Amino acid sequence: MHVETDVLIIGSGGAGMYAAIEAARGGASVFLLDRSLIGRGGATVMAQMTVAVALGAQTPDHWSHHLADTIQAGRGLTDERLARLLCEDGPDCIREMDAWGVGWARRDGHITQAFAPGHDRPRCAYVDFLNTGPAVSKTLRTVVNRTNGIHKAGDLLVVDLVRQKGEGDGEVTGAVALHLATGAPVTIAAKATIVAAGGLTRLYRRNSASANMGGDGYALALRAGAPLIDMEFVQFFPIGHLAPRLIGMDPIMWDPFRYKLGGRLLNADREEFTGRYGTREDGKYVITRDLATYAIAKEVEAGRGSPHGGAYLSFEHCSAQALREAFGPVIDRLAANDIDLTKMPVEVAPIAHYHMGGVTADARMQTEVPGLLVAGEVVGGANGANRLSGNAITEALTFGRRAGRTAEARARDGKQGFAVADAGAALDLLTADGSAAINTAAMVQTLQATMADDVGPFRTKEKLARALGIIGDLTAALGERPVGDGGRFDMQRIDWFDLRNMLLVARIVAQAALRRTESRGAHQREDFPGMLPEWQVNQVVRLRDGEVALASAPVVAEVAAQ
Amino acid sequence: MSETATLKVWRGLETASGHFESYEVPFEPGQSVLDGLRWIRANHDPSLAIRFSCINANACKECMIRVDGKTVYACTTRLVEREMTLEPLPNKALVKDLVTEIAPPDERLG
Repeated sequence: MHVETDVLIIGSGGAGMYAAIEAARGGASVFLLDRSLIGRGGATVMAQMTVAVALGAQTPDHWSHHLADTIQAGRGLTDERLARLLCEDGPDCIREMDAWGVGWARRDGHITQAFAPGHDRPRCAYVDFLNTGPAVSKTLRTVVNRTNGIHKAGDLLVVDLVRQKGEGDGEVTGAVALHLATGAPVTIAAKATIVAAGGLTRLYRRNSASANMGGDGYALALRAGAPLIDMEFVQFFPIGHLAPRLIGMDPIMWDPFRYKLGGRLLNADREEFTGRYGTREDGKYVITRDLATYAIAKEVEAGRGSPHGGAYLSFEHCSAQALREAFGPVIDRLAANDIDLTKMPVEVAPIAHYHMGGVTADARMQTEVPGLLVAGEVVGGANGANRLSGNAITEALTFGRRAGRTAEARARDGKQGFAVADAGAALDLLTADGSAAINTAAMVQTLQATMADDVGPFRTKEKLARALGIIGDLTAALGERPVGDGGRFDMQRIDWFDLRNMLLVARIVAQAALRRTESRGAHQREDFPGMLPEWQVNQVVRLRDGEVALASAPVVAEVAAQ
Repeated sequence: MSETATLKVWRGLETASGHFESYEVPFEPGQSVLDGLRWIRANHDPSLAIRFSCINANACKECMIRVDGKTVYACTTRLVEREMTLEPLPNKALVKDLVTEIAPPDERLG
């Protein structure tokens, strides 16, 4: 099957859907695809927390203050052009979402803005109860559905982008995809392509995002010739739910509880411990993510962890009435899981949550490769070495809108450059009829365990070298030709294409972490504990003849707060 | 404290020619049917087809199947120590095994 469109958008989370709306209302035809179902997979729908934005609704604010906080959190690596776009366009996108009926929580006639760690004032909007991400997804999906010119298709796994060969400027002209429901190959011709496929949290055993976030956006862009930056910076969310076992709840659910009620983070001796690592909380929620992750890991290492290897989070000091006022029906869902917060703490531990690194782009979301744009978490640089709470959804919305606008402008003046000959290698992979002597699902688990154990928040040369060895073995076992028969919903073939991307991206994360011989933000080397001025550089990754090449480059920091 | 469930899973590409396969699945109390299906894939048969994205949050709403004749989400149905019969949704077009065509028509390729 062949599809022609002005703008192709890969991924239907917050960034992809906002991009689709913006490109279509500018007059472009849009093809919005997802390897899962439209608006259901990805990270946006999973976000239960907040959206940081300088609305000034709660207290006076200006985007320059939000920018200053974002730069501060980024530990010297923030791309200030991208951070400025996030902070400056944020209020406009959040107001547009408000007009579309997302339902931001309100108090006294204005949008409520909560305080979150790392922000200098209350800045974080949300939708009750624990409903920010689902409400954002649903609202965007509704607007996508009523906007003319957007065609949508789920169950499409993109194998590779198509890049023009021979004469011309080597632009991206579309993509080759596998239609999961039928097993059929699909070619897509586009004047502009936006990759909005999210991050890489699926590389880790415990993670807070959907099963389809295995770094495919990075792999697609890299193989098409675009560089990546900051790939060593994986954000671990410190208080992911650990025990007792909960179903029907997102593991990051405790963050909103802490925003509203503070809560106490305790070790096995039921003592507050973050003060030992430089941030006393005293029942408030002030510790940043990288420091909390560090503090919990160090307590566990010292033998003071909770039974399942994390910390206790306690709301036992809160009354049943206060809990009910803050979280209403969520309290009933917890009761169904046999959890009564007035009587017991829960156990929490760091969980892979977000990736700061990604594809390099300018403030129009254009990559180095003509015709290839990016949006959302797949973009690298806006959050430096550590992301502030609340910046991810803002990034998805602002970058998505901007990418949609840029892509529409390009499509208006451009023409289709797609040629089947340029798609040959990817189409050839889809005709494979490989033997399935490997258990692809088990290989995914092995990779996730390796990344969690050896490329987690605390790294050493030995651990990283061991991980690279295992990644190399898995890559060899995977081979060059897809397994499975290529029929309907061929899970082994889907795993094979996922592993092809996951292993490439995992190798890059480990190599970048090995090369950065210092500790900064989310990248902590136990064998190089200090932050070094000479390492205030981005690491740029390129693919040269199939090999990963790393180099250092100066940080883009040309825009100071106005 | 590990327990064992017997998952009797419908397998096939055509409704008329499908069959059940049974798997003994160890679990810790509190784990979900989706956990059990993922365990089968990693330990016995990676070709078992199941649709899911969010794994545990009940946010994506993709893992809807029939368990013992009732339509449920696999991620919020707990494993229990007995035989559980898992089938694809009867009122949706079958894709493979437990996967059915659940997307609205205008969100599909065609």
